[in-house]
Order: sequence, then C-alpha cells, then structure tokens
Amino acid sequence: MSPQPVDTLKGFGVTFKQIFKKPITMQYPEYKRPVYPRFRGRHRLWRHENGLEKCVGCSLCAAACPADCIRVVAAENTSDNRVSPGERYARIYEINLSRCIFCGYCELACPFDAITLGNDYELAEYDRDDQIYTKDMLLAEPIKQVPVADAELYDTPIPYYRAYS
Amino acid sequence: MSEPWWISAIKGFVIINIVLLTFAYTTLLERKALARMQLRYGPNRAGPYGLLQPIADLVKLVRKESFFPTAAIDIPYILAPIVSAFTALAAFAVIPWGKGWEIWHYHVNGVVANVPISLILIFALGSIGIYGFIVGGWASESKFSLLGSMRTCAQLVSYEVSLALSVLGVVITAGSLSLVNIVDNQANSLWYVVPQAVGFLVFVISGVAETSRAPFDLPEAEQELVAGYHTEYSGMRWGLFQLAEYVNLITLSALAITLFLGGWHFPFAHGVDFLGPLWFFLKLLALLFVFIWLRATLPRLRYDQLMSFGWKILLPVATVNAFVTALVVVWVN
Repeated sequence: MSPQPVDTLKGFGVTFKQIFKKPITMQYPEYKRPVYPRFRGRHRLWRHENGLEKCVGCSLCAAACPADCIRVVAAENTSDNRVSPGERYARIYEINLSRCIFCGYCELACPFDAITLGNDYELAEYDRDDQIYTKDMLLAEPIKQVPVADAELYDTPIPYYRAYS
Repeated sequence: MSEPWWISAIKGFVIINIVLLTFAYTTLLERKALARMQLRYGPNRAGPYGLLQPIADLVKLVRKESFFPTAAIDIPYILAPIVSAFTALAAFAVIPWGKGWEIWHYHVNGVVANVPISLILIFALGSIGIYGFIVGGWASESKFSLLGSMRTCAQLVSYEVSLALSVLGVVITAGSLSLVNIVDNQANSLWYVVPQAVGFLVFVISGVAETSRAPFDLPEAEQELVAGYHTEYSGMRWGLFQLAEYVNLITLSALAITLFLGGWHFPFAHGVDFLGPLWFFLKLLALLFVFIWLRATLPRLRYDQLMSFGWKILLPVATVNAFVTALVVVWVN
C-alpha cells in the first residue's frame, strides 16, 4: 500500500467536521424510545370483566417455559372463596424474572389468555430476591409506564375470534 | 537568576498540582472530543457536561482492589508504576512557562529549575521512564505482560532516537541546550516551527509513538495483548500507569511548544507577555486537541510497519534535517 498523504489530510477534515454535527445518541432517561405494541416485556395476569381471575392454575405455562422460571400451586375453588371460573385457581403463582428469557411461550401455551407479556422493561432491582414477582404483583398494572408506539400504525388488527371470545 | 529554595519548592508544588489537574481533565477532554468526532456524546452524566467524571474515575480507582498476583516479584512490581509516574512528572521541573516576576521583593523565575542542560535532562528522564514499563511487565510474571512490555519498549526506544535527532536542529539554531534560552531566542526571531518545519513534523510523529498514542498504540491493543504491560495491574497502580502515559503526553506537548511554537510568548505582540502561563496553557490545549484528533482519525499501525517506519524513514529524515541545519547555520555565520 503506497502512502496517500492527501487523502489522509482529507480524513482529518472529515473527523473535524463531525464535531459540529449533532450527535445521534438518544439520551435514555430523558427520552425513551417507544416500543412496539407486541413488545415482550414484563408478564401480566388478567381478570375477566366480573372480577374473577382468568388463571385456573393448570400449569401449562410452567410446562412450556424453557427456563423453568414459573411456579404454580393450584388450590380448589370453594363456594365462599371463588377466585376463578372453574374448579381450580392458582393459589401461588410466581415468576422469577432473573431467569425469564421473555420468549413468550407461556403466553402461547395458556388456553385462557390469562398471562400475556406486557410492555414494561424497566425491571431493575437492587436485590435478587426482589426479582421474584408474586401473583398480586403480576395482576397489578405496572407502576412505571413505558412509551408505546401507535397501535394503529404498528400493529395488526386483533382477529375477530379474539376480540369476541 | 537564583532565588530562595523555598520559592522553588512552592513553585514545584503548585506546578505538580496543576499538571495533575490537567491530566485529570485531559482524560475528560479526550473522551468528549473523541466522542464528538464519532457523533456521540462523551460522558455527560457525572456533573454538568461530565465535568465531575475525572473525580468519579479517581474515586473508583482508589476504592478498587489493587490485587497483588502471588507470582509477581514484590519490589519491582510495586516500584514500576512509581518510577514511570515520577519521571513523567519530574520532567516538568525544567519547562519554562513564563518570564520572571517580582513578587513583593522576591524574584520569581518562570521555571521551577533553570538548568543549563535542561533538554538533555528531559530526554534522560524519559529514558528512565521506559524502565518503569519494562520492569512492570517483567515483574508481573505473566506471558502477556512480558510480551507487551517488550513490544512497548522496543517501540519507545526506537522512536526516542528520532525524537532526539529532530531536536538537534533547534539546538543548533538556538545555540543552547537550555529551554529558557531557546524560548527567549524565539521572541526575537521567527518561531522555530517555520525554519524547522521538518524537525517539527518528525518531533510530533516521534512523540506520538513515544507516548504510545494512536496510531502507534499497538502496546494498548486489547485485541492482541489483553492489556500489554499493565495487564496484571489494577486499581490505583494501574491509575499510576495511566498517569504516566498522559503526563508523558502533556510533557511532550509542552516540549513541542517550548522548542518549536514559541513557548509562552504571544505570536506577534510582546506587550502581553506577562500573561505567559495563559498563552502556554492555550497552546498546550490546542496541541492536545491535535493529538486527540490524530487518535480519532487514523487506524492503528501494525508492529512491523511501525518499526520499519521508525528506523527506515523517520531516522534518516531527522539526520538529514540536522545535517542541513548545521550547514545552513555555518554558512550564514
């Protein structure tokens, strides 16, 4: 390779001009880039309109999980303590978020649409024990909301069978 | 002019602190300038515009565990960074940064120690600093460190020859080895960068290689050598090696300014020369920016390319420059 002094000097000009251009970094906590609507974030457990939980404690999600991070212990629904429609409910439902790989297999495996992956990704904790989310934490709305991109623009319409099931 | 020893001691103390502060903020300047040239922000979280980042780095290094490998040889392992840092800082004792002032009834020189052979002293200190790198890598008793330090020292020693020869032209033109005399001579005639342009170029290139900066930073190439001679160092001992590297860079820039760019003089007018340290500092910042610019632009040279460039191209050019300067000076007189 023969030396190219003129091209090297032009290279210096290029680097110098870049100082005056605006950097393309997105500064994270001040600006959070919106996620797509189907982004696989923290799990959420859902309820029916009448307040009963959808989860019946069948453990199909625990069986499907590749990382084995869901723990389900079922209990009988008694007439005075009716938590879910059906015979059983999940008495203990815990997900270990430090083991979860956010693949979405539990969402695909659930026959009742009880568990889905929501959009929350700000899950940092100071202690490893705080990363085990219990049932009431998963049932609740996330405390911090992340910006989500416009569903009209970035998502496919929900099919009829799902909207009216 | 001689002055009481305690004035020199106070000046030495002040200069060391200023150099250390400059070192700390040079690391920040490098990260921010390098980032801006790469279309990103540098550190901007630690304080406003990242100004507390060097302090955060210092606290981190001090609190980090300086682990001591069992296989390392005790005394040389501990002494190596100390020697490097010491010689890097000691070179600043002879660099002139202002003309003398009269404060109360004491005369204060513009240099910490006015030695007649200050230029040779700086080169001698630089050579001793290389001992720190050799011994550090060797005493770590690790293959990566040994190879890294051998490569580093071969590079440093090769370019030291060209560095000394490039300065010979200035010495012949000024007729003196004392840095104070060289700066004073530049006040009356052109700055030596104009008649000694080739010498300046050789000095800058050798200087970049001498301090292991890009594009000659093969000793620091993580992909090849883990981290070279400072692989087995951590915490503040590693911090001392970084200090030695950056203070070497600052010293080299200061030397380039003193020898070629007129030292603490302002370019055309001479009435503002009492502000000498300010012009010196501004020129230092400009030259440091040029070194950072070099790092952002040029890719790294391979080791054999580096050595062949140093011995086959730079050394002959420096020799011819010295020879021609000597001929011209004899012919003019």
